[in-house]
Amino acid sequence: MTAKIAFDDVEVGTELPAQSFPVTRATLVQYAGASGDFNPIHWNEKFAREVGLPDVIAHGMFTMAEAIRVVTDWIGDPGAVVEYGVRFTKPVVVPNDETGALIEVSAKVAAKLDDRRVRVDLTAMSAGQKVLGMSRAVVQLA
Amino acid sequence: MALDQSFVGRTYPPTAPYEVGREKIREFAEAIGDTNPVYTDTEAAKALGHPEVIAPPTFVFAITFKAAGLVIDDPQLGLDYSRVVHGDQKFAYTRPVRAGDRLTVTSTIEGIKSLAGNDILDIRGEVHDEAGEHVVTAWIKLVARAAEEA
Repeated sequence: MTAKIAFDDVEVGTELPAQSFPVTRATLVQYAGASGDFNPIHWNEKFAREVGLPDVIAHGMFTMAEAIRVVTDWIGDPGAVVEYGVRFTKPVVVPNDETGALIEVSAKVAAKLDDRRVRVDLTAMSAGQKVLGMSRAVVQLA
Repeated sequence: MALDQSFVGRTYPPTAPYEVGREKIREFAEAIGDTNPVYTDTEAAKALGHPEVIAPPTFVFAITFKAAGLVIDDPQLGLDYSRVVHGDQKFAYTRPVRAGDRLTVTSTIEGIKSLAGNDILDIRGEVHDEAGEHVVTAWIKLVARAAEEA
């Protein structure tokens, strides 16, 4: 594993480059196929409303997959992710239009650990709401 | 009705091996819009010290979630899956999943709690490769919302 970020160059509070990830209905259909999660709340708005949701929502695991890209793009090698966990606090609501929704992810180094590892805390927002809570990754740096 | 506490600690038999295909990894990486070549280009993967293309960190969820189905569908446990939402998800990796891996998952019920009428179920999935080496552990927290009053 070869992270391109050196442990010694990082301090607690170091911010990773933030990113925004667009998500449309087409994105969700593609993710459903790739992940095998065909729950209709992710593509059928009639069904989603019947179970009490405002509209079709993104897969929580899709949001989790996007959020960690801020970390893997920063370190270069996704194989350097040692731990990654999230809490799904709010759904990402995806309207049926050209724009869809936006998942905005920021992250910063929260702690320096043993063995040249750091803990990164992530924040993922959509439509002004925090969609992931307790979102943390431990990564092995060079 | 609250779930039976005596199921805590119960381990289910390992799943049949899932063979990780490089085209499945490519499909997953494309679906999340991630163009990192380590997912699709063997040379790029080798340049980072991996023997083969690797999978994005959350790729393994599909495999561990399918394995958790043994618990979710256990008629003795009696979880009402129509009321279940995904609460938390966590992974701890010994190494990344890579193309050609043949992975088995052993699921264990780690916790059962009842909170304000909601059932909260914690399942741990231990993922091993064909050589029996640990690859990743996945923890999934499922919350079965309380049924509305009739």
